[in-house]
Amino acid sequence: MAHVSTRALRARNWLSDKILMGNSLSEYVRNHITPFNIIAAIILLVGLPVTWIRFTQGLGAATNLSQTNPWGLWIGVDVLCGVALAAGGFVIGTAVHLLGMKKYYPIVRPAVLTGFLGYFFVVIALLYDLGRPWRLPYPMFVSYGVTSVMFLVAWHVGLYLSVQFVEYSPALFEWLGLKTFRKWAMRLTIIATIFGAILSTLHQSALGAIFLLAPGKLHPLWYTSFIPVFFFISAIIAGLSMVIFESMLSHRIFSHQINSRDHKNSGNLTLGLGKAAAAVLFTYFCLKWIGVAHGHHWALLNTSLGHWFLLEVFGFILAPCALFFWATRRHNASIVQVAAIWTVLGIILNRVNVSIIAFNWNQPDRYTPSWMEFAVTITIITVGLLTFRFIVNRMPILYRHPEFADEHGH
Amino acid sequence: MKIERRKFLKLATASACLGSASIAKSQESFPGWPNRYGMLMDTTLCIGANCRKCEEACKKVNNLPPHDTPLSDNTVFDQQRRTDPENYTVVNRFPNPEDPEKPIYVKRQCMHCNEPACASACLVKAFTKTPEGAVIYNKDICIGCRYCMIACPFNIPAYDYFNPLTPQVRKCTLCYDRITDGKIPACAEICPNEAITFGKRNDLIPLAYEKIRKHPGRYSSHIYGENEVGGTSWLYLAGTDFEKIGFPAHLGTAPYPSFTREFLSSVPLVLTIWPVMLIGFYKFSQHRQKVEKDSRDSEIGGNE
Repeated sequence: MAHVSTRALRARNWLSDKILMGNSLSEYVRNHITPFNIIAAIILLVGLPVTWIRFTQGLGAATNLSQTNPWGLWIGVDVLCGVALAAGGFVIGTAVHLLGMKKYYPIVRPAVLTGFLGYFFVVIALLYDLGRPWRLPYPMFVSYGVTSVMFLVAWHVGLYLSVQFVEYSPALFEWLGLKTFRKWAMRLTIIATIFGAILSTLHQSALGAIFLLAPGKLHPLWYTSFIPVFFFISAIIAGLSMVIFESMLSHRIFSHQINSRDHKNSGNLTLGLGKAAAAVLFTYFCLKWIGVAHGHHWALLNTSLGHWFLLEVFGFILAPCALFFWATRRHNASIVQVAAIWTVLGIILNRVNVSIIAFNWNQPDRYTPSWMEFAVTITIITVGLLTFRFIVNRMPILYRHPEFADEHGH
Repeated sequence: MKIERRKFLKLATASACLGSASIAKSQESFPGWPNRYGMLMDTTLCIGANCRKCEEACKKVNNLPPHDTPLSDNTVFDQQRRTDPENYTVVNRFPNPEDPEKPIYVKRQCMHCNEPACASACLVKAFTKTPEGAVIYNKDICIGCRYCMIACPFNIPAYDYFNPLTPQVRKCTLCYDRITDGKIPACAEICPNEAITFGKRNDLIPLAYEKIRKHPGRYSSHIYGENEVGGTSWLYLAGTDFEKIGFPAHLGTAPYPSFTREFLSSVPLVLTIWPVMLIGFYKFSQHRQKVEKDSRDSEIGGNE
């Protein structure tokens, strides 16, 4: 009896210590009634019944998808944008662990966590969109469609999710105090980073290559044989910009967790990332024109979708590129952050153009998302943010765990 | 941290295999099954109005719900229809540029491509081009990603959007069960005006050219489906441009699987070159750090 109650006490202590951050349940709940949490709760109150409708009445009851427009917001935004914006994990991991840019070490963990959660919630979104989501493992274990680009995407996203878990896991094991597990996970860092970079190169570009099978449907200004390269390059840009954006938010919301040295240094890191973003954006801008030249589509520029294309290329690639350049020259980290947000919007615009706006451009039956599709997308993003906050508040993501502090940095 | 060479080699071999499987499959050039069947649709013979018996017969053999309105209801022609989960074939009406009194009726359904886009798009191989020429679907492995619908240049596959548990992609099967039983497809059998001819595709093409040669005024000289997207099992004859009667123009003659071939063949290259390159970067950065450290240490001298 005494033994049982000790165990119960220990479990309660663990719960209070690890999950409730040292509070009792009532204190924890009271401390968490904040405007952000109230909004999040309202979003979930809408999202959950919509989820019910989707899974009990079919895709048609919740979405505006049609026979001619089989993909909508959930593929265009949740999956295509989600994967691109989660590229920060692989970009920063490669820079620090493989290229030896050690000064970015403090942002590896937040970048990897953003990447891991990004991919995790992409898979959740995919479960909403698949007609029979419980068959998600079929391409891995049941039937192999090796001629399909989608087969490659399925395998690589699945493998990459596991790789990102390995990369993230040292923080988890430090939190749980599992030293042996942590040691093994740390040993896998380099191989996981290499594997992650390979998988990312392939599935980021494969997401673009998916549209190679739709030459008559995707507008010629977006349909080019370079589309896999565009998706890959723009994912690097998206990754860099998201890391800038994410660290901007972290330094405001979680500033108490960040030590003063990292805090002072963050402007410097932001400028470095901004320089990289400017360079890659400019490359992307040039490649976009090579794409137009390659297809001889100059005449299409002076059509309504042509103007839309020019808006994307000048307004959301060249303009933020110039802003990044200007801001890094003047050592202005805040403007770099503005440019990063602008760039993120540009990447979202590109993915929405390819999958929705310039897709089926010549069809009378056009698609606009239903409110329920928006509700699901917003719900998934909200749950993603809550999960990120949950982890950052508990695990050593933004700071070095005191017990393992010496072992960081190599 | 050191990378164990054996582990790396294993990894590289495994990934190279994964990639080369894709390339080997995608690079087969496929001239088409020699004895495959096909259908020749002569749109100049289709009467359309008050008929649509092919639609009805199709619904019967595929156990689809019957039409809401009687076949004599010609208002259905007021708008263009496409295939959907309850209609594997539809007849549409188009104005006749030569004779406004005689509209043109065109039956549409799956074209049964020689090298189908849907099959090359499917990540679980749910579509099969059979030696008989039919492109058939396996509902037992389909995960419902609907990439086949994105890929199909003719916008044919349709999805059960309102079925939450067992949704399927639905389309014409070329009456695969009937043709393997020695029968002919239901639409060809029922057509009262013999607008649809069922036969070996290799026999139908000369037959179509024969018709064009005998009645040059009646037909345009193009057989739609002979070469489009690498050739299709359904072949169409018409008296006007196919663009004007709802067929996608400018599809070209390249089979759709060829559009992703180049990308898929770059996959094994990335899988073999990237690991070596990335390890090279890693070793280089380690070396550079060591050199920097050594030079720092020698500058500091014996201070420590």
